[in-house]
Amino acid sequence: MTILLKLLNTAAGLAFAPLLIGVINRTKAWCAGRTGPPLLQPYHDLRKLFRKGAVYSESSSWILRAGPVVGLSAVVTAATIIPFGGLPVLLSFNGDLILFAYLFGLARFFTILMALDSGSSFEGMGASREAAFSALAEPVLLLTLAVIAKYTGQISFSKIFPAIDFGYWPKAGPAFVLIGLALLIVFLAENARIPVDDPNTHLELTMIHEAMVLDHSGPDLGMIHYAAAVKMWLLGALLTQIIVPVRGGGRLADVAAALLAMMLLAAVVGLIESSMARLRLQRVPQLLVGAAALSILAAILV
Amino acid sequence: MTNSVDILMITLVLANLALLGISRLNTCIRIVAAQGIALGLLPLALNGWRPGWHLILFSLLLIGLKGIVFPAILVKTLRDLKTSREIEPFIGYGASIAAGAVALVVCMWLGSRLPRPVDVSSSLLVPVALFTIMSGFLLIISRKKALTQVLGYLVLENGIFAFGVALVEEQPFLVEIGILLDVFAAVFIMGIAIFHINREFDHIDTDKLSNLRT
Repeated sequence: MTILLKLLNTAAGLAFAPLLIGVINRTKAWCAGRTGPPLLQPYHDLRKLFRKGAVYSESSSWILRAGPVVGLSAVVTAATIIPFGGLPVLLSFNGDLILFAYLFGLARFFTILMALDSGSSFEGMGASREAAFSALAEPVLLLTLAVIAKYTGQISFSKIFPAIDFGYWPKAGPAFVLIGLALLIVFLAENARIPVDDPNTHLELTMIHEAMVLDHSGPDLGMIHYAAAVKMWLLGALLTQIIVPVRGGGRLADVAAALLAMMLLAAVVGLIESSMARLRLQRVPQLLVGAAALSILAAILV
Repeated sequence: MTNSVDILMITLVLANLALLGISRLNTCIRIVAAQGIALGLLPLALNGWRPGWHLILFSLLLIGLKGIVFPAILVKTLRDLKTSREIEPFIGYGASIAAGAVALVVCMWLGSRLPRPVDVSSSLLVPVALFTIMSGFLLIISRKKALTQVLGYLVLENGIFAFGVALVEEQPFLVEIGILLDVFAAVFIMGIAIFHINREFDHIDTDKLSNLRT
């Protein structure tokens, strides 16, 4: 029974991840007065990509082929660590927060390598930007994890999340607002959403994440897109379960509430993307350093 | 740990960090105004929201001056200027925020080490006052435009005020009013001075003022 629930925890993330992107796109379309693509469009896109064949450049090596596989397996491993809506997890030990942060680091490292391996100058630019910005986003993620670890006195996700409930509000409300903001900025930066990177544009001068995957096609591109969706789901789960920890309504109600919170987060991201312009490239580090300052303040307050 | 004093203190810190990272002068003036209003509420919050009439009067005066009059003077000055943003500060915005974060940690450490002569109601009060003073200094040192330096001076004064409120429970009304009057006169004169500097030299970059000697 427990093993089923553990599998369900991971499977929920893997199954619902593309839906998050569907909700974001739908919200953006709604704000712009369009009908927009169907909610399940990302699934259809993925299915289409996985049915295609792949084309590889002659000048590239095995790294270009290994990149998508390593990226996807890293995020799937990360999906076994985060408990969703109070479900038990497959992988849990003291210090798994560090593993969570660095599985994303591993995925990113291989994405950057495969971008460089393709030999395209655009991908090189994308890789250099990704390296620069993620170097600033990673400390923020680790600092916020440190704040919740300090608040709960636990260093494993499966012990931290049950320890957080709405009781935090009178005790450490301001600190949680601050790490919520910092995590939202990390969420937007890591998932290449709008104030940092525009997922829709294919203007090479400003692309970050999209620039790194230009040479991939077919199943490889599908794996990259799917891994990006799962990564978004996991960071979103981290954010929503810290800020809106609905607990104690029975297992089904908890999971439903967590799902609802994720969809709300997607809607908020859609609203942010509809109302903001992309930041100038030089301003992005400023935003991330600001997020770091917020999380340092939160660490002092807790 | 959450009470209204702490929330006001966090507002002060966030305002300081925002000032260090924002280049648009109009926004900066508004942030300083918000900081002034938070500071005006501070004496009330320290008294547990059960103030006497002179404290209410004092708070209203503070909010009126720091939250409305000073920003109005500065916004009016800004309208006459050609610049709307700080172009090239001596210390960049990212570096400023990073320096601010370091200063915050140092101030927290310093605040925990300082012996307190009186019982302070919130442990954040002294460190945040120190941090506000430091960010005021940082703004004055690192920015080129005369207007931002005036803002830095205001932030510095806010910090000193917060420090005073933290240490002395009931300050003499007359002293506070005197200080406020001084600051008011200073902002007024600086506003006029900036206007005249701008009309005379077509810019308000203070680092070029040394050319006047030749």
